[in-house]
Amino acid sequence: MKYIDEFRDPALARKLVSGIQRAVAAYREANGTDPTHPIRLMEFCGGHTHAIFRFGLRQMLEGDVEMRSGPGCPVCVTAGSDLDAAIALAEIPGVIVATFGDMMRVPGSRGTLQDSRATGGDVRMVYSPLDALMIARSNPDREVVFLGVGFETTAPGIAAAVLQAEEEQMPNFSVLSMHKLTPPAMRAILDAGEVALDGIIGPGHVSAVIGSDAWSFLPTDYGMPCAISGFEPLDLLAAVAALVHAVTTETPGVFNTYPRTVRPEGNAVAQRMLESVFEIAPVAWRGFGTIPASGLGIQPELAHRDAARRFCLKVEAVPEPAGCRCGEVLRGAIDPTDCGLFRRVCTPRSPVGPCMVSAEGACAAYYKFGEGLPADPSKL
Amino acid sequence: MAIERILLGHGSGGLLSHELIRDLFLFHFHNPVLAPMADAAILEALPPGRPALTTDSYVVQPLFFPGGNIGDLAVCGTVNDLAVMGARPLYLTAGFILEEGLPYSVLERVVISMAETARRAGVLIVTGDTKVVDRGAADGLFINTAGLGVVPPHVDLGPHRLSPGDVLLVNGTLGDHGLAVMMQREGMHFGSGLQSDTAPLNGLVDALLTALPGQVHAMRDATRGGLVTVLNEWSEVASIGIELTETAIPVREEVRAACEFLGLDPLYAANEGKIVVAVDFTAAEAALEILHAHPLGEQAAIIGSVTTSHPGHVVLETPYGARRIIQMLTGAQLPRIC
Repeated sequence: MKYIDEFRDPALARKLVSGIQRAVAAYREANGTDPTHPIRLMEFCGGHTHAIFRFGLRQMLEGDVEMRSGPGCPVCVTAGSDLDAAIALAEIPGVIVATFGDMMRVPGSRGTLQDSRATGGDVRMVYSPLDALMIARSNPDREVVFLGVGFETTAPGIAAAVLQAEEEQMPNFSVLSMHKLTPPAMRAILDAGEVALDGIIGPGHVSAVIGSDAWSFLPTDYGMPCAISGFEPLDLLAAVAALVHAVTTETPGVFNTYPRTVRPEGNAVAQRMLESVFEIAPVAWRGFGTIPASGLGIQPELAHRDAARRFCLKVEAVPEPAGCRCGEVLRGAIDPTDCGLFRRVCTPRSPVGPCMVSAEGACAAYYKFGEGLPADPSKL
Repeated sequence: MAIERILLGHGSGGLLSHELIRDLFLFHFHNPVLAPMADAAILEALPPGRPALTTDSYVVQPLFFPGGNIGDLAVCGTVNDLAVMGARPLYLTAGFILEEGLPYSVLERVVISMAETARRAGVLIVTGDTKVVDRGAADGLFINTAGLGVVPPHVDLGPHRLSPGDVLLVNGTLGDHGLAVMMQREGMHFGSGLQSDTAPLNGLVDALLTALPGQVHAMRDATRGGLVTVLNEWSEVASIGIELTETAIPVREEVRAACEFLGLDPLYAANEGKIVVAVDFTAAEAALEILHAHPLGEQAAIIGSVTTSHPGHVVLETPYGARRIIQMLTGAQLPRIC
């Protein structure tokens, strides 16, 4: 596969890994640091977590670099109260709720969207917000609400759908905006200081929109190196190598190891689109509570596109399920395997928290790839 | 009189039903067992061996997809379920649930392709049933087929015969059907070659069993849930471990691309013309040769083996030398958000 296989070359991967191993060994020797203490990096993005497992990168780096999952799973950080709002919408007669498939199984306080579909709610899975527009066009007598979840990556596509609906003067299309911004969450993690990190693997597709410069606060304010990475094994290993170099030479900075997609200034067209539809707002994150200026609400001039206002939704904060440590997992404070429910009570079949539901969730990745099984997979 | 659409009356048991059965089903499926239109098919005495019986319902949407339709599928799925048990498929039944308003031409195309596929597989459709339900109570057309076959004497296949050292093969590229149907359903296109692999595999299975008596230990068609699901079931039922080599598993370029794009894994995608075969390690090369010589096995490959270590787990070796457990999915694969 062109443009993919090049970034999966096993020989180059091994070369990068041995470079990383040498750099860590030399640093340990020069500084007399504890050889059992690996360099700890956080990958912000759930897509990265999944790729790291899928290609077996954790094992390749074992002992030298430890990877900690971050909050970058859009479904996982969606607050329980927002899910309840989405489910409430699906229960209004005449409303069609259109959503990315990943949202279907996440439990709110009263079940999932999948449950409301089974009990008569009209919930449809789409691949693009433009598909939701299509549903609105062919059902002029119904209200169509698209569930806007995701980070800066998906938000421009949803903005495009809103603008298109405006252009067509479509009367029956609105969006429940639950969009979140990544840099404020990163700051919240570092400010909380719950987890000692040596570097950050920055989200690739978010940075394609906001630009790698958006992360310059990491080295400036926190002395923390950040490498923006793609999603192929060589991308990730190059990002790890850049971070290991920055850590061992004590030269924090922002390193763009995904230049084929990410520019320093980002994507100006996408940014303009975001500005014309959304406004920055405080928003509730699962695991973090409300973070100021960390979400995207719909502009007042487009209030008729805002499902929350259109349907006068009022939802109450929802307590987390008892024993569920998704919040700590999302903040990177613990690994999924540190949670008492993991694999015992909480499994993909009966998930307690969202991190076990979404394919991008850290718990689901740890589970799927056999982490914490009695027989350690690396010893198999 | 030409019929344009299926009406409730076509399932009433009256004249309309009678005409539909005579002009469509009997006409295309024609064979001496079906011809009397009796309440039950009276079969010839079965050849020696143990009879095998299976049933499956087909509800695929869209009804027509690149490389096949619900009719081919209803024949191949049931034929293949018999074949992988080592049975020679002989007879099928066909039950149709039709939605009121279904265009007659759609039903006719489906029935013609069932008849052709049954001939290709060498099985007879010997009895059937038609019901028509109110508009909205079904999605166009559902089909149920049951299949009867005979496992010849001395043939015994199943996970109980899996033993350490067994070599695992597949008869070709994985994920073709699942991705072809999904692309068609969602109106997406990736290159030109993406086609369902729907095919009756009894001929290919027969070639293997005849050439390698006693050396084929188990077979499964890798339908819903794909390769990973089949192997996980085997490892669990037989308490054995399974080792796979990722680079050895054949996946078409278009399927890989579509999977990358949607965030899906071809190893979990459905197949309708692919089987996993476990053979004694001494017969591995011979099995591969037999598969390669068959039109439905040209891209066959050895993909892994059975082991005593890590019983109950399927372990995949990645191209980077890392090893990871691959497990069954809980529900359907869903495309990722970002």
